[in-house]
Amino acid sequence: MEKLIEQFSLGLFVWQLVLFVGLVFLLKKFAWGPILNSVNEREEGIKNALDEAENARKEMQNLTADNERILKEARAERDLLLKEAREMKEGMIADAKEEAKMQATKVIEQAQATIHAEKQAAISEIKNQVAELSLSIAEKVVRGELSDKAKQTKLVEDMLKEVTL
Amino acid sequence: MHRINLVKLLTLLLLTVTISVKAQHDTHNEAPVENAHSGKDLKTEIKEYINHHLLDSYDFSLFSYTNDAGEHKYVGAPLPVILWDGGLQVFSSSKFHHGETVAEAGGNFYKVYHNKIYKTDAEGTISYDEAHHPTNAKPLDFSITKNVAVIFLVGLLMFFIFSRMAKSYKKNNLMPTGFGRMLEPIIMYIRDDIAIPNIGKKNYKKYMNYLLTVFFFVWIINLLGLTPLGVNVTNNITVTLALAIITYLLTTFTANKNYWKHIFWMPDVPVLMKIILAPIELLGTFIKPFALMIRLYANITAGHIVLMSIIGLMFIFKSWIGSPLSFGLAFGLALLELLVAALQAYIFTMLSALYFGMAVEEHDDHH
Repeated sequence: MEKLIEQFSLGLFVWQLVLFVGLVFLLKKFAWGPILNSVNEREEGIKNALDEAENARKEMQNLTADNERILKEARAERDLLLKEAREMKEGMIADAKEEAKMQATKVIEQAQATIHAEKQAAISEIKNQVAELSLSIAEKVVRGELSDKAKQTKLVEDMLKEVTL
Repeated sequence: MHRINLVKLLTLLLLTVTISVKAQHDTHNEAPVENAHSGKDLKTEIKEYINHHLLDSYDFSLFSYTNDAGEHKYVGAPLPVILWDGGLQVFSSSKFHHGETVAEAGGNFYKVYHNKIYKTDAEGTISYDEAHHPTNAKPLDFSITKNVAVIFLVGLLMFFIFSRMAKSYKKNNLMPTGFGRMLEPIIMYIRDDIAIPNIGKKNYKKYMNYLLTVFFFVWIINLLGLTPLGVNVTNNITVTLALAIITYLLTTFTANKNYWKHIFWMPDVPVLMKIILAPIELLGTFIKPFALMIRLYANITAGHIVLMSIIGLMFIFKSWIGSPLSFGLAFGLALLELLVAALQAYIFTMLSALYFGMAVEEHDDHH
């Protein structure tokens, strides 16, 4: 301890205090202040940049979610439209079939009626023609028979022979 | 992998060296080596040299030797001596001729005795009291001693390094360049791992200037102490006292009401305890910086003494085995001292921060 006290020197003590305190203030002004400020600024910058990136990421996520939602909606709408269209198509086909069937039946019926009428007409025509033909034939035959007297007489005789009284 | 191997090797080396040195020491103890030049025992000479090294001096001498003509020559530079003795006396320390002669200035005569300047007569007579203490008058001594010069140079060096580093931030878009890149993590470490955890985010800023300065100051000076320049600032009690006093003053003058309340009237304890605790707590405020002072001083001094003693062993052994062994040991110890240099700077800064933290702590919920 005595050696320590002996080692103490006021001059050195004062110099050390003055130089050291001076150094602290000098460095505060020219070194630590600017350095710590710069580092702070840089750290703030990095923090801000990170925050911004995070925000951008969140926004991006929101956008993606929105997109997804819109896409989903669009898909649902499309499905609905398709379904409606299919139903409509089926309805139309069914309607058309029905109509066609009806039309066809009608046409067939008409055709049948026409055929029937035509047939009747044809039959009556034939009947007339047959009657006419029969009459003319009969006329001709009768005429021929009547032109020959001998034959007439014979005929009358034959007929008379058959008649038994 | 590489590092682990190195560490293992080093440990093994140290271990063998320690054992062998002990053995060597035993055998050589019997034959004290005499120094032909001074007639002094070599061991005493080494001891004196070490003691001398640990002291401050009035000139910056790197080494001395005795030339062929028998003259003792010093290599180094003299420093200015500044005395206040009824008037300012400034003269070069070369006038003392390394304490061998009396210096004359302004009609007064001064002599260096045991590293202190005493006022003497023209012949340099020094009278002693019974305890062999000089009774001569001591002028007020504000000389630029070796330590003052080193402190000044380190201050310049730090100013140069860190102001340049600060400038590089401005030039390079808030990024340091060159050497600053290496220093920035250290500054960040002091801020993020020493200042903020101990002092708190709210108050740490006002202490940063001191903490950063004291850390780099102590570290650089400790490192310089390991160079062969013979610099030994932090193993001078005066320097560590000055640093500890600054920590004490900062703690005392920035302390808040809570700090004083906890010293003089400790809350939540019986009144009798409060009365007993007050002087103890008050004493504690002095003991803390006192411990800071002693810790730094003792660690660095011990390191210097041990390292120099081991280097001194080389000259005592003068054998093919002993000298390389003590060299190896000195080498290992020097590496350890590198760690201690940084560690002591760290501890000083850390404890200062801790005391500042106590001074500004807001006690509201705990206890």
